[in-house]
Amino acid sequence: MTDVVGEVAADRQSRAARDAKLIRKRYAVERRFRLYGIAGVIVALLALVVLIGSMAWRGHSAFIQSYVQLEFHLDAERLDPQGTRDVGLLQRADYGGLVRTAIRERFPEVKGRRDKRALSALISTGAADKLRKIVLEDADTIGTTVKIWVPLSDDADMFLKGYIDRNVPESERRLNDKQIAWLDQLEADGALEKRFNARFFASGDSREPELAGIRGAVAGSFFTLLVTLLLAFPMGVMTAIYLEEFAPKNRWTDLIEVNINNLAAVPSIVFGLLGLAVFLNFMNLPRSAPLVGGMVLALMTLPTIIISGRAALKAVPPSIREAALGVGASRTQAVTQHVLPLAMPGMLTGTIIGMAQALGETAPLLMIGMVAFIVDIPGGPTDPATVLPVQIFLWADSPERAFVERTAAATLVLLAFLVLMNAIAVVLRKKFERRW
Amino acid sequence: MIRKSIALAVLATVAIAAQAQARDQIRIVGSSTVYPFATAVAEAFGKTTKFKTPVVESTGSGGGLKLFCAGAGVEHPDITNASRRIKKSEVEACAKNGVGNITEVKIGSDGIVIANSKSTEQLNLTLQQVFLALAKQVPEGNKAGGKLVDNPNTMWSDIDPSLPKAKIEVLGPPPTSGTRDAFAELALEGGCKTFPELKAMKKTDKKAYKAICHGVREDGAYVEAGENDNLIVQKLQANPAALGVFGFSFLDQNLDKIQGSKVGGVEPTFENIAAGDYPVSRALFFYVKNAHAESIPGIRDYLAEFTSEKAWGPDGYLAEKGLIPLPEAERKNWAESAAQLAPLSM
Repeated sequence: MTDVVGEVAADRQSRAARDAKLIRKRYAVERRFRLYGIAGVIVALLALVVLIGSMAWRGHSAFIQSYVQLEFHLDAERLDPQGTRDVGLLQRADYGGLVRTAIRERFPEVKGRRDKRALSALISTGAADKLRKIVLEDADTIGTTVKIWVPLSDDADMFLKGYIDRNVPESERRLNDKQIAWLDQLEADGALEKRFNARFFASGDSREPELAGIRGAVAGSFFTLLVTLLLAFPMGVMTAIYLEEFAPKNRWTDLIEVNINNLAAVPSIVFGLLGLAVFLNFMNLPRSAPLVGGMVLALMTLPTIIISGRAALKAVPPSIREAALGVGASRTQAVTQHVLPLAMPGMLTGTIIGMAQALGETAPLLMIGMVAFIVDIPGGPTDPATVLPVQIFLWADSPERAFVERTAAATLVLLAFLVLMNAIAVVLRKKFERRW
Repeated sequence: MIRKSIALAVLATVAIAAQAQARDQIRIVGSSTVYPFATAVAEAFGKTTKFKTPVVESTGSGGGLKLFCAGAGVEHPDITNASRRIKKSEVEACAKNGVGNITEVKIGSDGIVIANSKSTEQLNLTLQQVFLALAKQVPEGNKAGGKLVDNPNTMWSDIDPSLPKAKIEVLGPPPTSGTRDAFAELALEGGCKTFPELKAMKKTDKKAYKAICHGVREDGAYVEAGENDNLIVQKLQANPAALGVFGFSFLDQNLDKIQGSKVGGVEPTFENIAAGDYPVSRALFFYVKNAHAESIPGIRDYLAEFTSEKAWGPDGYLAEKGLIPLPEAERKNWAESAAQLAPLSM
């Protein structure tokens, strides 16, 4: 008997020990699991910090541009020898020559063709554009002398920003020793200045890095997303409402549902091919137009909007519907007056996230000709245009070194827009969200 | 209701746009190599004339010619750039689609460089060595008459003891790139032809000849680094043991970081490529649809801008962008034929 009691006690003891071990193990597993989660979050955060940090590090200098102050004589002989003040003539006149004269007068000791060329190369071709603008705005300036700040060329700008090292041998630099000496002299005279690069936000694309800006791409993105929103939002919401509230549950609606879910996972380039075949080749819509880009991106974002819209409708408790129907509302009234307003915040969130995705797309736009060099800023959805991510792609592929910082800067702007759109989605959700 | 009317308005715009036929803006497609030059001309043209700035798309030479030859009419491009000459089959395809008269303009040349990081020594390669390093199949023992075997060379010194004892690692463009086509044609085929038995093959079995002379090895010694040449330059800096293959303008912009290898004893400099001494260089072209010169405003002016001395001359702004200008007499001839829209005949 005592033996049995002893055995039972020993058994109980060993079982307790085993249990304690198991519990310890379970706690350890749980701790590890939590650690994995935290590690995942840390890695993701680090990646984000590295991404934004490297972009900001490389791109911050693009928001600054070096300017030089020079005196330009708007020589009537060279601009308008006949004195006709004809706009066409004034537009074609040799402003580049005026700029060259101005910088040579600043350094009269420079002789020799090669040196003169090297000297002129310090000034951006944007200087001639600026003079042209002054003359075209007010023809009375012809014959006078203006003292204005004009942008330096990309190489000089890169040097002043410290990207070109003056200590490497002359043959390996984009600027020679003389050019550096001239820049030093201008700097000593106080004729050089670094300013906020307003042009980066105000002008379209250019092959000269110091003149290139993102306004054309931003306008293109705006028109493209406008078309996308106008097409995808009403269509997506109506589809979601029909499928969720009205459609009978049968094999056909199941098939449609599966297809919509699959469509959300189709690679975006496929939509580009579709756009090329249907919108361009069949419907003969213009190439490179935000209209077509918006239509293609609308197809791409539709599934996102439909799926999030249905989820939002599903989240509205049936009691709301039943109450509305109970007091005599028709099904349409119940949906439009009671269910939809409650589901709207969720639908808007889905739409904004879909639009943010569309904002970052380049692949489908490649097929419809929106990956192009376009200088003129688009004035409407049928003008040729490009979009921000495409602009980044084009600059990343340009040989001029000054485009490296501009690529990073444009990426920062794109990221800012994406963060803004996601923030709006969060705010909308927080503001209108209802819990039951 | 409002939403519905907006949707209707959009559809109406679509319908109107579909009917809009006239176009007052030049449309250019084609080679990514010519793209930097065509865009520079387009920009200067837009600034100095009353016309709109042309839209330039970078579609690759082959893709550009396909779009260009798809038909005549405002929905098709007016000009296509090419980093190789138009093929006879393409001219025929053009004619079949109603694009009869085309004007050809040769604009200059571009060198393809084989470069490495400044921190290592400059290489002096021959075309044969380039072929032996990068071809898929080479004659056994790297000697003429050897049986063709899968490329066994892993070190540069395997090819020639005078070359450094370093692993063969070359970053270059993928097969979709025109630079790759030109590199295969000029450098690899150039080296391939130095073996008499391979050269003889060109006459007997053209297909096999092309497969051997243009075939790039796939065992990891040649790394396809994507179309972005800037990326290759960055990778060369990070990895001094590697060589990179890309257009001359990228070497020109990064002379403080990378150096071009001599090929056949000739350094890839502006002067050497212009003089035709550097062996890996190719001509660049663009093609104009003559029928469009009347219907699209500004095409003649665009041609005049492109073929003006201030653009494509030795001191012009295209030279600044890395274009190697043509000799003066050739420039004059091509400018004249462009002005007259002299149709191409093959």
